[in-house]
Amino acid sequence: MNSTKAQKKLHPTVKWNLVLLELLTAILFILFMIPFGMVVLNSAKTSKEIIFNAIALPSNWNQLAINVSLIFNNPTVDYLGAFVDSILITFFSLLVIALFSSMCAWVLVRNKTIWSTILFMIFVSAMVIPFQVLMYPLVRWMRISGDFLHFRLLGTIPGIVFAYLGFGSPLSIFIFHGFIKSIPYELEEAATIDGCSRGRTFFTIVFPLLQPIIVTVLILNGIWIWNDYLLPLLVLGSNGIVQTIPIAVTAFAGAYLKQWDLILTSTLIAMLPLIILYLFAQRYIIKGMVEGSIK
Amino acid sequence: MKQSRLVNVLFVAPCVFAFTMVIIIPFFFGLYFSMTDWNGVNNAVNFVGFKNFQSLFSSPDFLYSFLITIAYTIINIVFVNIVSFSLSLMVTSKLRRRNFYRAGFFVPYLIGGIVLGYIWQFILNNILVDFGNILSIKILQTSFLSLPHTVIWTMAAVNTWQYAGYIMLIYVASIQSIPASLMEAANVDGANYITRVFHILIPMMANAFTISLFLTLTTSFKQFDMNLTLTNGGPATRFLDVPVKASQLLAMNIFNTATANRMAEAQAKAVVLFFVLLVISLIQVSANKKKEVEM
Repeated sequence: MNSTKAQKKLHPTVKWNLVLLELLTAILFILFMIPFGMVVLNSAKTSKEIIFNAIALPSNWNQLAINVSLIFNNPTVDYLGAFVDSILITFFSLLVIALFSSMCAWVLVRNKTIWSTILFMIFVSAMVIPFQVLMYPLVRWMRISGDFLHFRLLGTIPGIVFAYLGFGSPLSIFIFHGFIKSIPYELEEAATIDGCSRGRTFFTIVFPLLQPIIVTVLILNGIWIWNDYLLPLLVLGSNGIVQTIPIAVTAFAGAYLKQWDLILTSTLIAMLPLIILYLFAQRYIIKGMVEGSIK
Repeated sequence: MKQSRLVNVLFVAPCVFAFTMVIIIPFFFGLYFSMTDWNGVNNAVNFVGFKNFQSLFSSPDFLYSFLITIAYTIINIVFVNIVSFSLSLMVTSKLRRRNFYRAGFFVPYLIGGIVLGYIWQFILNNILVDFGNILSIKILQTSFLSLPHTVIWTMAAVNTWQYAGYIMLIYVASIQSIPASLMEAANVDGANYITRVFHILIPMMANAFTISLFLTLTTSFKQFDMNLTLTNGGPATRFLDVPVKASQLLAMNIFNTATANRMAEAQAKAVVLFFVLLVISLIQVSANKKKEVEM
């Protein structure tokens, strides 16, 4: 304790460094936040006001409410519908990804056969394939197989949820796989001896233990699915009945060229749900992102 | 035993089915279609061998996209890693509000590429230009997006804004896993801050650098959403005496080729993208293996 005090006296510059660092960080932080500020600022202006001066404060903040209602009541783009569809698609995709990937990963860990290893390797190596190779054959294949199964895969919510399960499962299985390996097998053995069936063992013993890693899987997939553009564009189409938020935003930008009041308000509404979620679940999201990247 | 085998099959079935339907089958179709004359209009396709690939590498349009994507990727790796490493040092320092800053720098990552592209298009074309006019700063008066030699740098800067907070988290996790006593010991020994960062921190973080290097490498190579809404490929420029789109990265080139109903050609380009990413991942895997041996 004494030595550090002495050091501080010897080096009075240390404190100055901290002030300087604080200043630098604060400036960078403001720079990072300016784009959000500009979106909010200009979402509360009319198109004319923006063209006249994009930097100025809005003359009347009520314009924000007017712009939002213009977006939701727009005759050409069904933004509210897209918003609801996006929530449904994200919700159901996350549900099936978390459930089926954890089930699959558990079998691949516990069933120690060559087949499990091969299957796991295939899942992992498929992560290399870029979406660009798959996207056009996928649309063609979904049309053919949909006709064959008498089940519309293109343009429907079940169809796109199914596609998200396929695209989301490799990474999710990989993450679950690593976590399940660290769970002691004795727990499951005890349950089996007590007469618990294999299926029930998973749902009553293993699944509850997965909770922290499920949060990680939900966050990684949730951010991706909410913001995804190409897959919905191809599977749902840009004029389909089912739409997502990113498609609706591009529709606004296409229909109201350079009408920044509408475009910016639509982007504001698009990013709000994730930002609000982040404010509440910040700790989990940061933890989930780190775990997802390092694995 | 029989019952447990049934459970195994039932548990892996949903993921395996979805994965096969949306990744495995379209992947092999995709490889095949790259060697056909598929045009998206006729359902019938004919095998043409490697013809599509041969014409690719003599097409200035594709070569330009390929080279500009490599340039963009390199700029991105440098930008993102320098910024995110600096941010990670800031938010692991003794600053009182470090956790607040860390949370804030990550926010841009939550915004999807589509939304982000519009926001930055507005900032670069309107806000900055307005600033330039008010303060009469000449270079700001023309948008950075409208000049062929600045557009790629601008895109990398925008991508850095989005991505730096995410890579920062990886570095932060790595810094926090280094025992604090190590840095303190060096401090007592009289090593100044810069020396400590370069001689202790950076060598200890080798693993984190590899992870973020490959993360930025692959995501830059696949960049699409932001490219679409920020520049849509523009402005026009010339390459090998042919007009090309100055900021049309590889993924967008594929997209535009397919939109023009040249499906087989788009598919061949996508296969090239796949092989590039495959080589990158193989290098990554072998790099990781080497490290494991050393450890």
